[in-house]
Amino acid sequence: MNKTINPPQPMPKLKPEERIRCFKEVALGYSEEQAKAEAERCLQCKVPRCVEGCPVNIDIPTFIRFIKEGRYREAIKKIKEKNSLPAICGRVCPQENQCMGRCILGIRNVPVNIGALERFAADWERAEGLTNPEKAPPTGKKVAVVGSGPAGLTAAAELAKLGHEVTIFEALHKPGGVLTYGIPEFRLPKEIVMDEVKYVESLGVKIERNIIIGKTITIKELFNMGFDAVFLGTGAGLPRFLNIPGENLCGIYSANEFLIRVNLMKAYRFPEYDTPIKVGRRVAVIGGGNVAMDAARSALRLGGEVTVIYRRTEKEMPARREEIENAKEEGIRFLFLASPIRFIGDEKGWVKEVECIRMELVEPDETGRRRPKPIENSEFKVAADTVIVAIGQRPNPIAVYNEDIKLSKHGTIIVDPETYETSMKGVFAAGDIVTGNATVISAMGAAKIAARSIHKFLMGEYQQINNSRS
Amino acid sequence: MPKRFEILKKEVLAPGIKRMSIYAPLIARKAKVGQFIILRVDEYGERFPLTLVEWNGNEGSITIIFQEVGVSTKKLGLLKVGDCISDVFGPLGKPSEIKKYGEVAVIGGGVGTALMYPQVKALKEAGNRVVSILGARTAELLLLEDELAELSDELYISTDDGSKGYRGFTSDVLKKLLDEGRRFNYVFAVGPLPMMRAVAEVTRPYGIKTVVSLNPIMIDGTGMCGGCRVTVNGAVRFACVDGPEFDAHKVDFHELMNRLRTYVEEEQKVLCALEEKIKGR
Ligand SMILES: Cc1cc2nc3c(=O)[nH]c(=O)nc-3n(C[C@H](O)[C@H](O)[C@H](O)COP(=O)(O)OP(=O)(O)OC[C@H]3O[C@@H](n4cnc5c(N)ncnc54)[C@H](O)[C@@H]3O)c2cc1C
Ligand SMILES: Cc1cc2nc3c(=O)[nH]c(=O)nc-3n(C[C@H](O)[C@H](O)[C@H](O)COP(=O)(O)OP(=O)(O)OC[C@H]3O[C@@H](n4cnc5c(N)ncnc54)[C@H](O)[C@@H]3O)c2cc1C
Ligand code: SF4
Ligand code: SF4
Ligand code: FES
Repeated sequence: MNKTINPPQPMPKLKPEERIRCFKEVALGYSEEQAKAEAERCLQCKVPRCVEGCPVNIDIPTFIRFIKEGRYREAIKKIKEKNSLPAICGRVCPQENQCMGRCILGIRNVPVNIGALERFAADWERAEGLTNPEKAPPTGKKVAVVGSGPAGLTAAAELAKLGHEVTIFEALHKPGGVLTYGIPEFRLPKEIVMDEVKYVESLGVKIERNIIIGKTITIKELFNMGFDAVFLGTGAGLPRFLNIPGENLCGIYSANEFLIRVNLMKAYRFPEYDTPIKVGRRVAVIGGGNVAMDAARSALRLGGEVTVIYRRTEKEMPARREEIENAKEEGIRFLFLASPIRFIGDEKGWVKEVECIRMELVEPDETGRRRPKPIENSEFKVAADTVIVAIGQRPNPIAVYNEDIKLSKHGTIIVDPETYETSMKGVFAAGDIVTGNATVISAMGAAKIAARSIHKFLMGEYQQINNSRS
Repeated sequence: MPKRFEILKKEVLAPGIKRMSIYAPLIARKAKVGQFIILRVDEYGERFPLTLVEWNGNEGSITIIFQEVGVSTKKLGLLKVGDCISDVFGPLGKPSEIKKYGEVAVIGGGVGTALMYPQVKALKEAGNRVVSILGARTAELLLLEDELAELSDELYISTDDGSKGYRGFTSDVLKKLLDEGRRFNYVFAVGPLPMMRAVAEVTRPYGIKTVVSLNPIMIDGTGMCGGCRVTVNGAVRFACVDGPEFDAHKVDFHELMNRLRTYVEEEQKVLCALEEKIKGR
């Protein structure tokens, strides 16, 4: 059979000139015709490589076939068997390294845009009204979930469906973790995140905001309060700094602070909202990941001319391809093979220049990427009155402070790789707090497995796993 | 039973300075001297920090004292008894190191005269001999004078305009005591940055352990943003988790003063907008 394959359906987007001054969602999503046409391209492989690439192994060919046949309700049901946050993952999954990256069509042709189809099905369901999931009868067991990011929300939903009474404790005043405070509106509308949160609440999950475990309540106290198990999904939310001279000058933000102000506190709507943000004429963003792209594109929308300074080349940038392209379209400039060595301030203590040094790439490091090495006597200066440092995040240790929970030398929580149990009995953990900064879908996938272990633990079936391990 | 974060009591202590008790049982149960909370008054509000001045685990109440300087503190001041604050979060920060030092001086300036109260109380209970030095711009801005007089072994007052006590600064009073040969094993200061810096300079030559409670701009209060970073002993520390109290002799006050000025224009803008709104009512 020699079938010709349709050309790929481009994702409709707001035009760059329309989007660079507002926070409206950039990618608009497929129309029904487009979704069907894109679904048509899938070869329905017998041994689908795409499924292996998805961290939660969604049955991709089947849901795509349902879309092709216009059976959208069945398509979303198929997706939701494995992924309870499809409207989010369809938008933010680094699918080019996952499902889509493995699609057979990618060898000769353009791979199927699986994420866009997943998003289509999820948005269709949001418009049509959600179907209520089935819930097991109450077990009488209580679980405390710490953190309401993708890991916490997933674990809570799974456990509630299994009949347990679940309470989420969240430090911030709004749930959602990075989905709420980190990823900007133009990439992931907050309405979608809040709908997912409402869905989790509709399963009977209680969300207690403004409570920081480790300070307001400790893990030990949770057990004393009658919780039978604890899940930690506290993420990797602490900022890293460069630790170079001048880093505390005014106008220098960590990406976290910048994004928290913009997203969580809605500083982009200042003065309607009280929290201010300062974006100068020239903005320098240090880093090359998703966080750097989000910060750069937010700063651009707030009126700055933005340059991203990255120490390797475009090829090594860890950010999603699609977002790098979006950033370029919007007029963000890139300065590759350069690294800041000092910030220079004016007489009032405001940053005015970034002194950088040129880098060259030498032999690969342990991550397999070529290592950047400074070139002697190649210092130069870049003018900037706002700087955003986006060079990575560390795990937040507050929840496990003073508890018997073993941490790795990077500060992540050590868990049993199969059960996700920590070194403290009845305490499980998953997501960025275990892996360090990773992805939404991997946090969800791991949280799901952890939830099943918690279920076994609560139902007294857990001992077996533990014994077989030792 | 009161509602979550309901205002139980409210009183005006001095012009623009208010005391409030809030129903927050989880915080009341855990609070320790030196800790603070983060509040968000309403859906549009900023997150901002205030020191825990008193707490009552049985009643489930916490008490704060604040000076209305900008939009957030003004908005808080507009709330009435029975209103609820949108978000109250804590207790945050490291508790103070309260122990028996011997002879101690506790110094408060401006609204700091109220914030020194829990320190004086705890240091006294730990068996110290406490000398309190209170200062304000003018007599009517001195807070909790009677309560502090009651608790302290000795009490000194200074005002910038001489309307009460010594005319000048609290640091001058401290210097005078030291010049007269008085010695302290521990000095604690809370108030405006220039005052805390002056106190640090007065005690430095004597090598007296001096601790100050810093007040950088904060957002989350959990170590997530780094906005509250201060340089102490050449290293970057996050005041919300590593502080807010630090060794006064090691703090880079100059940098902190600069950082506190970051949003002066924006603060002015929202404050004016709020004042317009109040007038328009
Ligand atoms: C700016 C940015 C952009 C990103 N873009 C992408 C992307 O495009 N695609 C992608 O797949 N991934 C992306 N990521 C990564 C992804 O968001 C994370 O891997 C994911 O959110 C991890 O989920 P989590 O539930 O483990 O933690 P988080 O989402 O970090 O949630 C942790 C939650 O726990 C709360 N918490 C922490 N400590 C406590 C405590 N002691 N008590 C109570 N609550 C506590 C926190 O306030 C937070 O709400 C991005 C990350 C950032 C920062
Ligand atoms: C740990 C901690 C505990 C604090 N405890 C108290 C307290 O118990 N009572 C109290 O009245 N204040 C306290 N402060 C200061 C208080 O947080 C600020 O006054 C408040 O955030 C100002 O917000 P605003 O919107 O009302 O004013 P803004 O509009 O933000 O500021 C108006 C002006 O006030 C000054 N200012 C702003 N932020 C601060 C600050 N953090 N410290 C000092 N001056 C500032 C600046 O000059 C600014 O221009 C504390 C600060 C910290 C960090
Ligand atoms: S969840 Fe992510 S990786 Fe899995 S199919 Fe969807 S877009 Fe692909
Ligand atoms: S690998 Fe590509 S073509 Fe094959 S089933 Fe998956 S999406 Fe379809
Ligand atoms: S207030 Fe954000 S890190 Fe301290």
